[in-house]
Amino acid sequence: MLETRAIAIADRLDSVTTALHRGEITAICGPNGAGKSTLLSALAGLLPADKGEVLLEGTVLSALPPRDRAKAIGYLPQSGEVAWDVSVANLVALGRLPHGDQGKFAVANAMAATAMSDFATRPVSTLSGGEKARALLARVLAGEPRWILADEPLAALDLSHQLGLLKVLRAQADSGVGVVLVVHDLALAMNHANRVLVLDSGRLKADSAPEEALSLDIIHEVWGVKARWLGEPGQRALVTQD
Amino acid sequence: MNRASLIFAALVAIAVPLSLLAGRIWVDPDVTPNAVPILMELRMPRAVLAVVIGAGLGAAGAAMQGYLRNPLADPGLFGIAPGAALGAVIALYIGVGSAILLPLFALVGAGGAMALLALIAGRTANPAHGIALFTLAGMMIASLAGALTSLAISLAPNAFAMSSIVTWLMGALTDRSWADVMLAAPLTLAGLAALWLAGRDLDAMTLGEPAARSLGVSPGRLMALLVVGTGLTVGSGVAVAGIIGFVGLIVPHLVRPLTDKRPSSLIVPSALAGALLVLVADVVVRILPLVTELRLGIALSLIGAPFFLMLLLRMRRAA
Repeated sequence: MLETRAIAIADRLDSVTTALHRGEITAICGPNGAGKSTLLSALAGLLPADKGEVLLEGTVLSALPPRDRAKAIGYLPQSGEVAWDVSVANLVALGRLPHGDQGKFAVANAMAATAMSDFATRPVSTLSGGEKARALLARVLAGEPRWILADEPLAALDLSHQLGLLKVLRAQADSGVGVVLVVHDLALAMNHANRVLVLDSGRLKADSAPEEALSLDIIHEVWGVKARWLGEPGQRALVTQD
Repeated sequence: MNRASLIFAALVAIAVPLSLLAGRIWVDPDVTPNAVPILMELRMPRAVLAVVIGAGLGAAGAAMQGYLRNPLADPGLFGIAPGAALGAVIALYIGVGSAILLPLFALVGAGGAMALLALIAGRTANPAHGIALFTLAGMMIASLAGALTSLAISLAPNAFAMSSIVTWLMGALTDRSWADVMLAAPLTLAGLAALWLAGRDLDAMTLGEPAARSLGVSPGRLMALLVVGTGLTVGSGVAVAGIIGFVGLIVPHLVRPLTDKRPSSLIVPSALAGALLVLVADVVVRILPLVTELRLGIALSLIGAPFFLMLLLRMRRAA
């Protein structure tokens, strides 16, 4: 379990308390500036809370040695930065740094899970956007973390790459990994998450199953948009109304 | 040891004995009178010093580029070389520029710059601002030390002091002795060890600072390794040879295409290639038929600046 207890960070997060579970995909939603990335960074142990605390399986996260934390929690930032033109295999192998080993098996597994095995020797600069996103996710998987925290991993991807990445993440959740995603697309959150947190101006507005957390009332209240859901559960589409 | 390291190690192994023979007088050990003292007391320490200083500058450049994730970064950005130069200039200014005191003053200058950097950058509350603050602090220290150096030159008590300061600043390995080697070599080795230890953290920095921290990298430890590593390598280099620019910038560039481009794979071959470059440049300034020997610092900048411009042009074309 990954918990926050009344954490507050500057004027970006205000008294957020939640408990996330392994084996689930949790989506963090909210308007721009609501504090989604801040919450994710705090959950990853990268941003110290001014008040309250973050607990990983009952241990205060900030008290864990950085390497132990890194073994437990894989974090995928939004930037997608890869400063040097390394090969895909070397990029993915960076995920083994906390373990201090080559982890050949884990690296090969991670590349297979993301369909990147054939790209092992390719320089990162030659990859398309979708391939690079997969390679970066493979880097996180190579560390075999118990938690995967990803900041808008789907934002810049086309539909088929979004679904491909979600499939990988779902397989991870099914194998017992806790997956936490910042997601802008409410329909993706609705259809693919087990649980949705809605943030509004640093406060937690909703924290429950998607149908409840992304109800039309909450969407109206938080995003200021009148909308309606179409389709069946699991295949919802959101349309806005004027 | 990777391929690039092997190539440059072999080249250094070939270049060192050859460099001993080259100079204003080409030494033939069987024929030249006083060949042994010339080789052992003049050319050997000079060659060893070129290797030591070049290795320090090359490795420091590779580490800096890895840390700042920028191929245009240079160890000079940290203000350590200008700090060391200021120390030496103060020694010359107050007239204690002996073979022992001058390097010590320079080391104190380098240490002062390192301490100031650590003091400013070590107090960042938000680790995300660390690198920008660190770089800005280094640049401010560099410009402050530069201004104080200029002040010392302009206030020099006599023409001799002024000329000795200006000449020293240009960097050279002329007439260096084993005492200089004894001072620079252990410090540079310690600095190289610190930079080598930073290698894996620098690899993680490829993904940006937040991702590196998520992989367990401690920004404070990394910063400390780099301040100590560049401080000892660059500081001891300046202490015994003056300012030798551009090696830290050019060498990692030349070496990077020969490696797998991970910062950690670049540090050792850059050290070896830096050693080779300074050694060869020092031979060239020795054998050029000029009335006075061309200063090594000038020679390397004469190669370095056009190289830098070429690099910028190529980057512009690629963009």
